[in-house]
Amino acid sequence: VNAFLFANATLIITLVKVALLLFIVLTVNAYLTWFERKVVAHMQSRWGPHRVGPHGLLQPLADGAKFLLKEDPTPAGVDKFTYFLAPLMALALALTSIAIIPFGPNPLPWKIWGQDVYLGITNLNIGILALFAITALSVYGVALAGWSSNSKYPLLGGLRSSAQMVSYELALTMSVVGVLLMAGSFNLRDIITAQSHHLERGIFGWNVWPQILGFFCFFIAAVAETNRVPFDLPEAESELVAGFHTEYASFKFAMFFIAEYTSMITVSCLCTIMFFGGWLSPIPELPWLHFTHYLPSAILIPFGLWVIWDGIRYETIFGRVVLPAIGTVITAIGVVLAVFPAVNEFVQGPFWLLAKIGTFLFIYVWMRGTLPRFRYDQLMSFGWKLLLPVSIANVVITAFVLLMRGPQ
Amino acid sequence: VTAQLAIFFILAVIAVLGALSLIFQRHPIHSALSLIVVMVALAGLYLLMGADFVAAVQIIVYGGAIMVLFIFVIMLLNAGIEERTDVSKLAGIAGIPLAVALLGFLAAAVARSSESAQGSGQMALASTKEISTMLFREFVYPFELTSFLILVAILGALVLAQRDN
Repeated sequence: VNAFLFANATLIITLVKVALLLFIVLTVNAYLTWFERKVVAHMQSRWGPHRVGPHGLLQPLADGAKFLLKEDPTPAGVDKFTYFLAPLMALALALTSIAIIPFGPNPLPWKIWGQDVYLGITNLNIGILALFAITALSVYGVALAGWSSNSKYPLLGGLRSSAQMVSYELALTMSVVGVLLMAGSFNLRDIITAQSHHLERGIFGWNVWPQILGFFCFFIAAVAETNRVPFDLPEAESELVAGFHTEYASFKFAMFFIAEYTSMITVSCLCTIMFFGGWLSPIPELPWLHFTHYLPSAILIPFGLWVIWDGIRYETIFGRVVLPAIGTVITAIGVVLAVFPAVNEFVQGPFWLLAKIGTFLFIYVWMRGTLPRFRYDQLMSFGWKLLLPVSIANVVITAFVLLMRGPQ
Repeated sequence: VTAQLAIFFILAVIAVLGALSLIFQRHPIHSALSLIVVMVALAGLYLLMGADFVAAVQIIVYGGAIMVLFIFVIMLLNAGIEERTDVSKLAGIAGIPLAVALLGFLAAAVARSSESAQGSGQMALASTKEISTMLFREFVYPFELTSFLILVAILGALVLAQRDN
């Protein structure tokens, strides 16, 4: 058995990583819905989910069970094959794109069967292009769902979404060309490495400063590609009932839902990697600032203690058991990081990456709680008349400046 | 090499089946979907030959942008199931011989080129850098002229679309 494991180490490790990442992404998706409902609720002076479990923490599980157990009717007159294919395509493509994201700079501190294990499933040389290829195909999930339902509102939603995605994909692609020119590579790891030449500058060494135009174009176009507020015209509930997924129920609806949240995560990862230095710390890498490496512990320990304190006083007995347990685990992780410097150094990269991804996810939710929806003509003129010209100008300016500076 | 060959045949079979389904499907959307399958299978073949960039562009441009337009138009016109018409006489008589002749020519060309490729040994790798060097150094005038032609076509389409106003 051992010889077999050594011979096929790469294959087995990759399969384990795929399963693990799938589990993590789906869990994060579930709790992202909880996070979104909580944050939007507090923005609107409500409590949000708080009945199922302490602080509503079991709400995602209840929702999942509901999706699985509800009746799943197939409307009469749908195009069966396409009707079933559409949610599958949407979910499969959204999940595939996560495979290209690297989650940390270094391999695990120990080798498994003689192999370095990196965080992240693949390291493609055409990384960003592969991501765009997957994005390009993910239009079909929405468009086909709209068409195959054989119903007015879904068709309108599907039409809107394909028009919107075609319009914003151009700006999306053009806006990253500046970053690619600066990095000289399509590889996501290389793009982060290219931002690490001035570690002593910390936050000011990142791509977002020279590429501020590119970042705005990219983020707006990416929000439009993921069909999120303020670009959620394909599922505008006040005009189109629920848009393209009106005729979907039960788990097929959940698949669209998971796909949408997964692409939110992908976009947050991409923004972080291409413009915000990926796993690089925002704090300048200077000797007297080295104590900031204990920031993960400094955040985790107080937070864990707060969860324990909050849990002891919680009104239900279940909460009085579960919350202190969670708090203890969080505190323990913080203590482990503080005690073992090797583990702490390894965690630095993933910590900053996840912190930045979390910030972008919060911005997504913040926008949903704040911004009204675009009108259709505004959407089109914004994409074609503002985003596209600005992103092309950004490419020209970046190329010009790089040419003037000469090879480095 | 055997694994590569196996993947090649799987992708090739998918591409051919997709192309057949493209012709035999009765509904335009199903035909368009079959065409997407063909495009993606071709991209897989390019990937197998080490042409990462071409594979990605194949999916982005053909699988993504162009086919989305096809599907958009089909959805917008709400095209129904096609009616089968009688085969035209010319196609009925000359079609099969011509198809066989074309297949023969292609097979002969492929057979000859594979001999020379085996002679030269290495398969050419089409990396991003090499493609851009070729496009922007050696073939820069044909490339720019083609771009110009496409621009003219776009302007022509705009003029035609706005003629009523």
